[in-house]
Amino acid sequence: MADFWKRFSRNRQAVLGLIILCVVIFVAAIANIIYPGDPFLYSKFPLSAPGENGFLLGSDSIGRDVASGIAHGAKTSLLIGLIATLAAVFIGIIFGAFAGYYGGIVDDILMRVTEVFQTIPSFIFAILLVAIMKPSIESVVIAITVVSWPAVARLVRGEFLGLKNREFVQACHTLGMSDIRIMLAEILPNCLSPIIVIGSLMVATAILIESGLAFLGLGDPNVMSWGFIISDGRSMLRVAWWICTFPGIAILITVLAINLVGEGLNDALNPRLRERN
Amino acid sequence: MNRSSKILRYVSRRLIQGIPIILAIVVLNFFLLNLAEGDAVDVLAGEAGSATPEYMEEMRKKFGLDKPLPVQLAVYLKNVIQLDLGYSFRHDMQVTELIIDRFWPTLILMVSTILLAVGFGILLGLFAAINLNTWKDSVVSVFALITYATPLFWVGLMMIILFSIKNDWFPTSGMENSAMFYEGFERVKDIAHHLVLPTITLSLFYLALYTRMMRASMLEQYGQDYVITARAKGVSERRITFVHVLRNALLPVVTMAGVQVGALIGGSVIVESVFAWPGLGMLAFESLFARDLNLLLGIFLLSSALVVAVNLVVDVVYCFLDPRIEVN
Repeated sequence: MADFWKRFSRNRQAVLGLIILCVVIFVAAIANIIYPGDPFLYSKFPLSAPGENGFLLGSDSIGRDVASGIAHGAKTSLLIGLIATLAAVFIGIIFGAFAGYYGGIVDDILMRVTEVFQTIPSFIFAILLVAIMKPSIESVVIAITVVSWPAVARLVRGEFLGLKNREFVQACHTLGMSDIRIMLAEILPNCLSPIIVIGSLMVATAILIESGLAFLGLGDPNVMSWGFIISDGRSMLRVAWWICTFPGIAILITVLAINLVGEGLNDALNPRLRERN
Repeated sequence: MNRSSKILRYVSRRLIQGIPIILAIVVLNFFLLNLAEGDAVDVLAGEAGSATPEYMEEMRKKFGLDKPLPVQLAVYLKNVIQLDLGYSFRHDMQVTELIIDRFWPTLILMVSTILLAVGFGILLGLFAAINLNTWKDSVVSVFALITYATPLFWVGLMMIILFSIKNDWFPTSGMENSAMFYEGFERVKDIAHHLVLPTITLSLFYLALYTRMMRASMLEQYGQDYVITARAKGVSERRITFVHVLRNALLPVVTMAGVQVGALIGGSVIVESVFAWPGLGMLAFESLFARDLNLLLGIFLLSSALVVAVNLVVDVVYCFLDPRIEVN
């Protein structure tokens, strides 16, 4: 662990990303304390510029506090990004593990399915899924999961293909271990590093997809999100630039921070890769 | 067997491989249609009852909705093969016709975006690779990192604030100024003027992608044996970079331009709805608001087919560009 941290902290960009990410998580965690109450609640001060009437980042067309929306939206974005990624990684591992381990016809069938899902333009597919299921937190998470898992499946399959004929796996066969146990307890732990790296980068992509869906009006109407604030402030672009600007900056720095952390994890978990470059 | 007939066989095999993927997507489409609330005819009628009950009854018969699911699927497949994707009551038009109508604006946007992103991406990546590990390289890297993390719709809105509202340089929306009835060259100029902001917005993300790829590709080529040979022959570094390495580094980048087309279609939904560019993306956005699910499914089907087709074309072009590729 200490070794891992040493390698991670050698990458200054990754440390910066981690610090920013911690700040975003902290803001999300204390959103209910610094901005108690419903972020949808309107006030009698519409379109206040940043700093005016006590609104740090201004207010929107019906007087909602943009800063409060951003703080509460942070919770939404992070949670959706995390849950969708966990679900996609789970599905991807199952598909990839079975395809890589058993090979042959199982591999053929599973990979054909994966290929179809990879061919489909993912954002339009996500739009379609949410539109059919009706916009809600659950449907957004499902849609992001459905378009994200194929990348994990391909990665895990490749790792399993490379590991399944190694001596330690053969030893397990000789010991009479079940296939499931070999896959889960022996091979999977050996390919966790690339899965962690791809997973961390997927959280960033998931946040971008979520904000895009919310911008198109496909977010949960009862949950505050960054994409929603921007889409709502669009019509006020001429008179109130701040409504759209600040939530966008929030998305940008969050996604940037997660990408930096992901690259740092890549350097720290695959030291051999680093030396080759 | 000579190479050209090998390539021909490869192309036909790839064509055959594409068919099951398309079929799978059509089947997926059918199940999505069934997943939606009400039966397919409710969806087709646009959910708001804009169709008469008699017409809906007739449609139910046409789609065989009283029959078991496999029969329904067969009927749906038959309709899709005949390019009959149903009717859009909102637009009072056949879905296929509507999609073809709106295809051209999207094509214009996508082609100009690919040209801009690939062109500048190659230049920036080349620039970064030549100035490896200097501040110039770092600036390019930071630029790529940031654009990679920026949501497209936000870039679009910021462009509108900066270049349309604060400075009245470019129009905020639309594809042309239809009130002016421009014709010929004047019309082309007008469309190009409207095209600037959407193209820049859509290309930024891919620009970052191609920049990183071009840089990596250049670095990989620098490590090849032929570079050492060239150096040993006394070829100047300049010539090595621009004649030997650049040519070989271009190949994977140009190919990737085709592979990204699926993502590009998704991006165009966002960009077109920000700039009210009247293409397929805008049509998808409108159909969301009108809850015209069948139209949305048609757009989805067409864009999937487009991705399969482009991937095929790229693979074939790649065979011709790089004679080392095995086509067996």
